[in-house]
Amino acid sequence: MSKLVEVQNLKKYFRGGGSLLKPKYVKAVDDVSFYINKGETLGLVGESGCGKTTTGRTLLRLHEPTEGKIFYDGKDITNVDMMPYRRKMQIVFQDPYASLDPRMTVGDIVGEAIDIHKLAANKSERKDKIITMLERVGLNSEHANRYPHEFSGGQRQRIGIARSLSVDPEFIVCDEPISALDVSIQAQVVNMFEELQEDMGLTYLFIAHDLGVVKHISNRIGVMYLGKLVELADSYELTFHSVHPYTRSLISAIPIPDPIASRNQKRIILEGNVPSPVNPPSGCRFRTRCQYATQLCAEQEPEFKEVSFGHFAACHHLDKVI
Amino acid sequence: MSELLLDIKNEYLSFFTPAGEVKALNDVSIQMEQGDVLGIVGESGSGKSVTAYSIMGLTAYPGRLVGGTIDFNGHRINDMSEKELRKIRGNEVSIIFQDPMTSLNPVYTIGNQITEVILLHTDKTKTQAYERVIELLDLVGINDPVKRMKQYPHELSGGMRQRVMIAIALACEPKLLIADEPTTALDVTIQAQILELMMDLKKKIGMSIIMITHDLGIVANMCEKIAVMYAGKIVEFGTIDEIFYNPKHEYTKGLLKSIPKLTEKEHKKLVPIEGTPVDMLNPPIGCPFAPRCDSCMKICLTRMPEYTDISENHYSACWLLQKEALEQGRDKL
Repeated sequence: MSKLVEVQNLKKYFRGGGSLLKPKYVKAVDDVSFYINKGETLGLVGESGCGKTTTGRTLLRLHEPTEGKIFYDGKDITNVDMMPYRRKMQIVFQDPYASLDPRMTVGDIVGEAIDIHKLAANKSERKDKIITMLERVGLNSEHANRYPHEFSGGQRQRIGIARSLSVDPEFIVCDEPISALDVSIQAQVVNMFEELQEDMGLTYLFIAHDLGVVKHISNRIGVMYLGKLVELADSYELTFHSVHPYTRSLISAIPIPDPIASRNQKRIILEGNVPSPVNPPSGCRFRTRCQYATQLCAEQEPEFKEVSFGHFAACHHLDKVI
Repeated sequence: MSELLLDIKNEYLSFFTPAGEVKALNDVSIQMEQGDVLGIVGESGSGKSVTAYSIMGLTAYPGRLVGGTIDFNGHRINDMSEKELRKIRGNEVSIIFQDPMTSLNPVYTIGNQITEVILLHTDKTKTQAYERVIELLDLVGINDPVKRMKQYPHELSGGMRQRVMIAIALACEPKLLIADEPTTALDVTIQAQILELMMDLKKKIGMSIIMITHDLGIVANMCEKIAVMYAGKIVEFGTIDEIFYNPKHEYTKGLLKSIPKLTEKEHKKLVPIEGTPVDMLNPPIGCPFAPRCDSCMKICLTRMPEYTDISENHYSACWLLQKEALEQGRDKL
């Protein structure tokens, strides 16, 4: 398997407060490295503000990275003109209510990208392409002349997906594509993502805070905390044999939809809140909420190292975590 | 059997919008005893919040109770005036809203907002109220209450604000606490803290809770009984074990099958409920779930099924369960 997308030591700082001479920065993404193989789905989970969305957007250079390198298909794309890559790299946004222009018809929303990249020779080819895309996501040709407000949340998300598929991409960043949808609709959209991947050989970066869905759809999962990757492993390995204390508590905090299992569930309740990314704790960023934290954790940042084949974690006390 | 705390009988509630009458609640009946924890699950627009709000007499214009009765703690809610309702709200029944960011007043301090409730509903003096606020903040796990009291909502995190909301709701030790998706806006680790706090407080104070949510995980964790709502109707009601291990209504079954389980070891394809939620302006004539149901029969499209008792605490409205359907033969569509 070859790597399709790779980021090395990616950093994204946003200017936030401070004075002109002493600016303060929000370290949204701080030194993150990972790769995604062709045809694979990498899940990214974490609490709000941990930098998962920023990682996804910086990867597409919708934000310019502060530091670090981005590779696509072996080529360094950190400083190049993105236009040719926009066709190959697409994104599906979180909020299907805000990410579609209310004054454009569905046909034009899907067709806009086709126009920009000049993928259709004439009007009838454009129309055919739009209809093929709509049918692919479970809508039909008559929907092309309607406006976004005429659709339900699930249908709107399908329009957003059709839009990103219209340029025949290879890689899609799915930024919380289902969190705004009803439970019964979520499964429909998740299944559609899986089918499209099988049919079109797509590669996904799937960002979500719902570990259940991420585990279902991903081959590998990365867990982020305050701008850092703390653990990365095969999705089975991560859900059943996680080693990082944060991942452990994250998994145990998810309510299991099964009464008997949930009665036996041992909860690790984390104290306190996520610290501010403007002033992250020294050393290991999780130490302020970690039950295993020692002096070492405050002084030295743990290395993101391989603990078993393909399983990475950043923690000083992996031997103590049971 | 102890006295019923809440008894909703055949509640019909409609919103009279310019586009037409939206029947938000259609023959909803709920009974609760003191100390019960009831979960109401359903999709957005299924009427879960509307049901709960109507217990407090908080039906927003253009909504109106069209039929049925609501008895709560010896009061007939639908006959009460606004003035009488105000005495009950916050005193005997309280509510925690979904969004802790918008349900606190940004221009008053936390202490001020909690004190207001206490002074309004009890005979306590200002000094007594002040002490009660400290006691409450301590109860909901906020450190350094004296300092926090002087802070404004924007100085607190989402989880902290939700704790303040709980403190306000508990100020007068209500008999019933309505929690309307209290953790939807919060992260999972913070959600775990808040749910733990609520269960803890329930044990200490002995109140009843109505938990409105769409997360079946939360329900499995906290509740004893569940009402599954679909398009303004309770389609199935039962204890959690019965709903999770012996679901009878097709919608409940579909809901349980469509959620990915973290504990599952193999990769199974999800079984979604096909179709889209009901358009409440033009609901189907028969069973509202019929257009999305795999086992839909002819009768489902024309008549709403009655409730069938499955066991003492478990009932569901589905034609499949009715003998009548069996006698008429199952005309599969």
